Amino acid sequence: MDTASLVRRGPCEWEIPAQGKMKVPVLIYGSQSLVRDMDEKAREQAVNVACLPGIVRASYVMPDAHWGYGFPIGGVAAFDAQQGGVISAGGVGFDVSCGVRCLHTGLTLGDIHPVQHRLADALFAGVPAGMGSRGTIRLNQSQMHDMLSGGARWAIEQGWGTPSDLERIEERGQVLHAKPGFVSDLAKKRQREEMGTLGSGNHYLEVQEVTDIFDASTAQAFGLRQGDIVVMIHCGSRGLGHQIGTEYLRLMAESAPAHGIVLPDRELACAPLGSELGQRYLGAMRAAINCALANRQILTHLVRQIFAQVCPKAQMPLLYDVSHNTCKMEVHRVDGKARELFVHRKGATRAYGPGHPDLPDSLRSAGQPVLIGGSMGTSSYVLAGTQQSESLAFSSACHGAGRAMSRHEALRHWEGRQVVGELAAEGILVRSPSPRGVAEEAPGAYKDVAAVVDAADEAGLARKVARVRPRICIKG
Amino acid sequence: MNTASPAPVAKMAERKTEPEASRSYALPRGRWEHFDHGADIGVRGYGATKAAAFEQAALALTAVVTDPDLVMAQETVRISCASDDEELLLAAWLNAIVSEMSARRMLFGRFHVELHDGRLSATASGERLSVRRHQPAVEVKGATYTSLRVACTADGGWMAQTVVDV
Repeated sequence: MDTASLVRRGPCEWEIPAQGKMKVPVLIYGSQSLVRDMDEKAREQAVNVACLPGIVRASYVMPDAHWGYGFPIGGVAAFDAQQGGVISAGGVGFDVSCGVRCLHTGLTLGDIHPVQHRLADALFAGVPAGMGSRGTIRLNQSQMHDMLSGGARWAIEQGWGTPSDLERIEERGQVLHAKPGFVSDLAKKRQREEMGTLGSGNHYLEVQEVTDIFDASTAQAFGLRQGDIVVMIHCGSRGLGHQIGTEYLRLMAESAPAHGIVLPDRELACAPLGSELGQRYLGAMRAAINCALANRQILTHLVRQIFAQVCPKAQMPLLYDVSHNTCKMEVHRVDGKARELFVHRKGATRAYGPGHPDLPDSLRSAGQPVLIGGSMGTSSYVLAGTQQSESLAFSSACHGAGRAMSRHEALRHWEGRQVVGELAAEGILVRSPSPRGVAEEAPGAYKDVAAVVDAADEAGLARKVARVRPRICIKG
Repeated sequence: MNTASPAPVAKMAERKTEPEASRSYALPRGRWEHFDHGADIGVRGYGATKAAAFEQAALALTAVVTDPDLVMAQETVRISCASDDEELLLAAWLNAIVSEMSARRMLFGRFHVELHDGRLSATASGERLSVRRHQPAVEVKGATYTSLRVACTADGGWMAQTVVDV
């Protein structure tokens, strides 16, 4: 992106002033080098989002943004239903509520080192990963309905977790007002064998070591110490979410003219929040969020069972669970007034600051944990929401590193077994059913997550708390 | 970064298939290829007819997951979809295959497409996914509308392409 064409508002804040059909400006957060490396397509998409009806304040771009579908990946936009605002299937994406959760283990590297190969093998054997893998849970029609309404709360009621997990999940593990009746039979059919599965692509399960603490008091509030072992799980709403995204994207694209919406890009497909289609999608998308929360909860249960066998000392409370691809109704102050807004985060993390009423007591003074996933050979980060995040970008931060090269280019550079060998030499055990998948996800194919996290910290979107490094990676 | 240009980008994935070659000596032969999109993959099919280009785009979709030559035609599934917009029809066709792959846990290596007045009737032949034999690289979440294009080519044939989210 040509930074000369942007108005620089601060070291890590850039603006494209509203012009032409834009209803609001575009605000981009990132260092000069990150913004310079962003593709022009991301800029074009952020400008398109700024043209949508009912958008409030700005179309935001996070430091890890890149060319997406309609919205840029790393795009944030809030809409007001009272002002003709829209909800966009393209602004949520195919993998509804794809996200990351982090579990404590109560263990240190010294505890897992003697059993790390056994642990890696047990996790690989016990957690279904990769295309075609199946879970052991089969839901009948009424159970499917309950899961789509109840999310992680439902999963815990089935015995897959403890009630204390719920306060460490956005929306206490259950998005209200989900409408399973607006989820198609095909979407439910695709999910029938996929509960408790990791998926593929950039989804993973990692055992990680806390290598650096940047903010000692917040780390203490989060229960993180240098040398601790944690587990991160990255996955989403599986086939059900993909099918909902596919179906509503088409319905919204086809009905846009009838709603008086001119789409500069079909992928921006949206419908007024007040329309029947907008409400149907909202209900279905909320059901998909619950599906993702239930799925990550079941995976958590599997991981806890495996640790109990291999590392019986492990104590595994949940640090936090964040979602990346969502549209959520939230109350934000705009020009001094509290307003109900529908905040789309496409490849972006919610980052509530200290004191936010939706945070549990145990996190209220520290702020919300913001989990940033890296690639399988590089670090991931734990950040915390800031006081100013709400005014900067409706309490949003980045979500990950983002790819630096395409899958094809990665295949030209690496071979799966070679990547596994190189990472093993660095003390990182990789287990995956697909060598080609590992090559496509090679660490070198991703951008430098540290630069993204530093920019989020400097911009004030979130503050750095800890860095973690993978020791075991289960890749789908 | 690749745009909607029909120019081939990733020749490594190029394949030629026999049925298309046998249709007419004079017409362009069917082939498929992938093109780059930041985080995901573009699928592109070329054929003598629009239907043939749709078939080749479907092969390109399978090739995102595995080598289509590894997929045996043991079972045939019927697929139909409709749209007045030929580009939305391409996306609907590819998404129908994604759904069938997912719901049936199958891969498809052979496609036959017929197009009449915005209606697509097709068969997809393949087999149950074998992780050991097919070594699936990645699961396709959906066919997007990014770089979605159906167009005539300079040699009198057809091209059909879009980006798939993985």
